[in-house]
Amino acid sequence: MSAAARVPDEAGTGAPLLSVRDLALHIPVPPHVLRAVDGISFDLRRGETLGLVGESGSGKTLTALMLMRLLEPPLDALPRGQVVLDGIDLMTLDEARMSALRGRTVSMVFQEPMTSLNPIMTVGRQIAEPLVRHLGLSPRQAAARAEAMLRLVHIPDPQRVAGAYPHLLSGGMRQRAMIAIALACRPAVLVADEPTTALDVTVQAQILELLGELQREMGSAILLITHDLAVIAETAHRVAVMYAGRIVEEAPVASLFAAPRHPYTRGLLASIPRIERVPAATLPEIPGMVPGPGDRPAGCAFMARCMRAISGCAAEAPPLAELGPGHRVACWNPADG
Amino acid sequence: MIGFVGWRLLQAVPLLIGVSLIGFGLMHLAPGGPLAVYTLNPTIQVQDIERIKVIFGLDQPIHVQYVKWATGMVSGHWGYTFFGGRPVLEVILERLPATLLLMGSALSVAIILGLSIGVLGAVKRYSVFDVLATTGALFALSFPTFWFGLMAIFVFAIELRWLPSGGMWELGEEGSILSLIRHLVLPTMVLALVITATWSRYSRSAFLEVMQQDFMRTARAKGEPPAARLLRHALPNAAKPLIALLGVELPFLFSGALVTETIFGWPGMGRLFVDALNMKEYPVLMGLMMFTGIFVVVGNLLADIAIAAIDPRVRLR
Ligand SMILES: Nc1ncnc2c1ncn2[C@@H]1O[C@H](COP(=O)(O)OP(=O)(O)O)[C@@H](O)[C@H]1O
Ligand SMILES: [Mg+2]
Repeated sequence: MSAAARVPDEAGTGAPLLSVRDLALHIPVPPHVLRAVDGISFDLRRGETLGLVGESGSGKTLTALMLMRLLEPPLDALPRGQVVLDGIDLMTLDEARMSALRGRTVSMVFQEPMTSLNPIMTVGRQIAEPLVRHLGLSPRQAAARAEAMLRLVHIPDPQRVAGAYPHLLSGGMRQRAMIAIALACRPAVLVADEPTTALDVTVQAQILELLGELQREMGSAILLITHDLAVIAETAHRVAVMYAGRIVEEAPVASLFAAPRHPYTRGLLASIPRIERVPAATLPEIPGMVPGPGDRPAGCAFMARCMRAISGCAAEAPPLAELGPGHRVACWNPADG
Repeated sequence: MIGFVGWRLLQAVPLLIGVSLIGFGLMHLAPGGPLAVYTLNPTIQVQDIERIKVIFGLDQPIHVQYVKWATGMVSGHWGYTFFGGRPVLEVILERLPATLLLMGSALSVAIILGLSIGVLGAVKRYSVFDVLATTGALFALSFPTFWFGLMAIFVFAIELRWLPSGGMWELGEEGSILSLIRHLVLPTMVLALVITATWSRYSRSAFLEVMQQDFMRTARAKGEPPAARLLRHALPNAAKPLIALLGVELPFLFSGALVTETIFGWPGMGRLFVDALNMKEYPVLMGLMMFTGIFVVVGNLLADIAIAAIDPRVRLR
């Protein structure tokens, strides 16, 4: 899929559909406070795919769960900041109204296709459930739509699979079924949290292609979370790179791959061509580890691993600054473009 | 399915043979042997005993006796009572409805109560309710059934005089449903108490386990409200271990019924067992043991079938 084919002209323009401002999740882990998500801001426009990339533990999943308001107690009381979806502030919405949006306006696909489906409910019924709940379809109509959704996600023999239980399906097929559930009501936003990480490499490519195809068909905006920049290169329009709970660089895909400015992004990029898949949390090109809750420096969190660190880095965390068109970097000493 | 049932029943044969061997052995090891009831009676002469032995076939080698008895069991001839000479099977079946009524009502109460307490405890974990329920269950499980039985009689029958202390009907009211229910309340409460406690503990942990599964988060992400998530997703998934528990708990339910029936003079199989024990009615005791064995085997079989019906991953083999 070429970049031109995947960017519709109007994508990336107009008012943002989803607007995230200063979203934070500070988890008390006595005697420290873990800044799992530490004040991130980004926009997602209609029909756009925004890649959110970062090492394991950088706070991607927690960000997704906060957007969906899916955190369980005791974490559910901790999020701070704003998430505005089509003019509605999700953070202050009561649970019943949030519930009405989930699966209808904003959906989520999880990392674990093997365990994310109810093992004792047929695949068809699991897809039909939100259709009945949100769109008020009769069980019969919903069942027919569920089958159509299975066809749409390219599951062979949809009629049989609709009546089957999840354990009979492969991981890739289950993830397709999950996507069918998430997109059944044609949501405006799809949050996909590492949707291909648990799958074989060949299946990964198929699922990513499917997401792109469905996006063109339904016009949903996708927040694609991954630790794998290769996935981003193939699928996203824009990228936000996360490190230790913060966004350190944000840019259009072409710009980021052509001229990465943040030392961390450069490290991530350097690791791509050598190995097919970057194993989580091991980045040979970047020595050191993500700081733990206790040894969080006052300045830039990446400083300890950074080869471009200068004296000013320790004093204060760098803010995101616009260095080019749509290209923002949080670094006191960014690399040249 | 039919093949599975047949296979499982076949598997139960060694178990039932084991039960019968133990029962048979105990009877012969008991002081005075099977005819203890006669040997301890001073009016019966030694010659009479010998004659009775021949009549009952007790003069033959023990393995011959066992085979004769076992073939009789299989073909439905469960022998005759020493006192009255009535067919054992008939005596047992006569007591069956009372026992089933007591066990059924206690089990229904216990499941409904236990499940509700367990689910509430799981949903509101570590709340005041949860802590009280946990403590209460521990309390219920740490006292013997007969103690609760005696306390219930003391409080509700003797002190408050709300309910009768025993029996199944008032004299002259035999067959009256109202009288039956009044008599059923206390034994049901006592028998249900321990099962409720067990069930609340098990259903709490079964629900806690299910609720932290990934598919429950999926259900939430689909916009299913709490009640639908609980009833449509959590409950069927939690039901599986609970049904398995039901199969395992059957023998305890049976022994609980035995104690309860004895305390409340409830004319069921448990009461029959104690009476038979006191009167050394060995044919009845043997029959009851076998009946209990069959009951447990069938109960477990039903539990397995129910589990397979709920969970498509379980294959009946
Ligand atoms: N329930 C939780 N309680 C405490 N810390 C958590 C919890 N979930 C995640 N974390 C921590 O928050 C950080 C970010 O986690 P996560 O969002 O899952 O990372 P990612 O998805 O980027 O791999 C990690 O350090 C993780 O250990
Ligand atoms: Mg994650």
